[in-house]
Amino acid sequence: MKKIISNAIVFVFCLASFKLFAAESAIPLDKAPVDITDNASLQRGAESFVSYCLTCHGASFMRYNRHRDIGLSNEEILSKLVHTGQKVGGLMQSAMRKKEGEEWFGVIPPDLSVIARSRGADWLYSYLRAFYRDDATATGWNNLVFDRAAMPHVLYELQGEQKLITKASDKGEQKTLSLEKPGELTSVEYDKFVGDLVNYLVYLGEPHANSRKELGLMVMAFLFGMLILSYVLKREYWKDIH
Amino acid sequence: MSNLFNSMIAWVDKRFPLTSNWKAHLSEYYAPKNFNFWYYFGSLALLVLVNQLITGIFLTMNYKPDASLAFSSVEYIMRDVEYGWLIRYMHSTGASMFFVVVYLHMFRGMIYGSYRKPRELLWLVGMGIFFILMSLAFTGYILPWGQMSYWGAQVIVSMFGAIPVVGDTLQQWLLGDFTLSDAALNRFFAYHVVTLPILLVVLVFVHILALHETGSNNPDGIEIKTNKNPKTGIPVDGIPFHPYYTVKDIVGVVVFLIVFCGIIFFAPEMGGYFLEYNNFIPANTLQTPDHIAPVWYFTPYYSMLRAVTVNFLGIDAKLWGVILMAGSVVIFCFLPWLDRSPVKSIRYKGSYFKVALTLFVISFFVLGWLGTKSPTPMYTLLAQIFTVIYFAFFILMPWYSKIDKVKPEPKRLMKE
Repeated sequence: MKKIISNAIVFVFCLASFKLFAAESAIPLDKAPVDITDNASLQRGAESFVSYCLTCHGASFMRYNRHRDIGLSNEEILSKLVHTGQKVGGLMQSAMRKKEGEEWFGVIPPDLSVIARSRGADWLYSYLRAFYRDDATATGWNNLVFDRAAMPHVLYELQGEQKLITKASDKGEQKTLSLEKPGELTSVEYDKFVGDLVNYLVYLGEPHANSRKELGLMVMAFLFGMLILSYVLKREYWKDIH
Repeated sequence: MSNLFNSMIAWVDKRFPLTSNWKAHLSEYYAPKNFNFWYYFGSLALLVLVNQLITGIFLTMNYKPDASLAFSSVEYIMRDVEYGWLIRYMHSTGASMFFVVVYLHMFRGMIYGSYRKPRELLWLVGMGIFFILMSLAFTGYILPWGQMSYWGAQVIVSMFGAIPVVGDTLQQWLLGDFTLSDAALNRFFAYHVVTLPILLVVLVFVHILALHETGSNNPDGIEIKTNKNPKTGIPVDGIPFHPYYTVKDIVGVVVFLIVFCGIIFFAPEMGGYFLEYNNFIPANTLQTPDHIAPVWYFTPYYSMLRAVTVNFLGIDAKLWGVILMAGSVVIFCFLPWLDRSPVKSIRYKGSYFKVALTLFVISFFVLGWLGTKSPTPMYTLLAQIFTVIYFAFFILMPWYSKIDKVKPEPKRLMKE
């Protein structure tokens, strides 16, 4: 019986280790360098997010003053992150009106508060590095991870321009990207820039994640203590039952 | 001090049957002394029920049952309500763990024949609890109004539309509209927080009353009440529930909480099984997700819903799917009358039952796994095969349980 139980437990954990329905992509995704305890990275990511993303996308479930989590003071938040004259307790709303977004891009740019929880960090990290020039699309840009994405390559000044190279091989068509026109950053610097941004998006999806884990450790320590006590209590009561 | 306490109890006892109930249901309720691992899940189900009720009340304080506000209100609970994330994860993890615990509780009943005479009614009330639980899970899953909430509900609701003649009317009556919309969200909220919890609590109460009338079954499947001490009238293999099983269940509760809190604090999404990735996208009525799947606990039935691909016997394939899906759950109710074995427990049953049960468990897991996948011809074929095995376990039971070679039951409980 014990064997059945232990096998069942192993089975359940194997099952749980498969990520279910994470965003699927035609190309293999690169691993995003996520570390939400790295405040320096999160702060760089936050500044990039406000400069490049918040113009069109909102993060409207997040309040600016929440960034005290990542080591910023209210004054720093106001000077580094709030460029719209909002109060420090305000929500991170997009500067663009929804109707304008729909007119300009055909779709309303999605709110990014929990985007890392639906798309996954690896998808975002790969997506933001996979834009290439494509004259056949309305924006002049296409994306290897998200074909015909409505979003143009907002970061092209930093990354430069990539071109799609299609090669026929035994396994079928293989698509790769090559940098045609360099941008302001080298490719290593650009990867780091996107890495920080994605790290921030992961934080943004669940700002309490660090404190959740810290509290979890204390709860676990308490429960293991309780386990010993309750077991001793049970053994004491049951010693006369045969 | 003890005099004061005794006189207070005496005062209450004259006005309310406190001591007599305490004795009847706890300190002088005699339970078999050989309960094993499988006997923790009843009390754990009660614990999860209490967890759901309490965290649910706190969630309603900030949740908005409004199609334009529901999604954001959940995110505000996660961010702006003090410990809102904890309350929400306790509730969402509790929903899945409720099914884990109830499935194990039901499986216990199946291996030790707890549904057999005289516990048929106890089993049926339990099935009633299971149906209410499924309705609660369904109505609750709609509330965050994410993509999966919306489109999953769309699939379930359209099942009612497949019922001949009254289907469309029934569907509109359920939704309060022609499509899934704000009206439906409001009424599902009302069911989820008022109607269904009241029904659930009442049925759980009835379940425990019925249990205490017949007494608990045990891993040997023999009745301890047939062997009482002639002097005291107490079953010789029985021990008082309190303190013996209360202290034992506390150990079970702590072990359960270690798993439960492990999920809440370190893996609240449980790899997309407890909180699905697509449900972090607000419901979009114009954009169907590529892949719609229910939460894990419904996937075996969902596989059976999709398994029928052709019309036959003049009945539409979709309606067959609905019939199979409903049948796959309702059929558990007939177990007390399908099982014709002379013994109750798997310990004394023969190899036919053991093989049948193993095949059933495998088919339940395979169907569950298939339910999370997009259908392909191969997967559909597998789903069809395992649906047949699933139903064969029940339909052939009167036959194989009767001719199975059983071992003789012992007179007294065996040691673990």
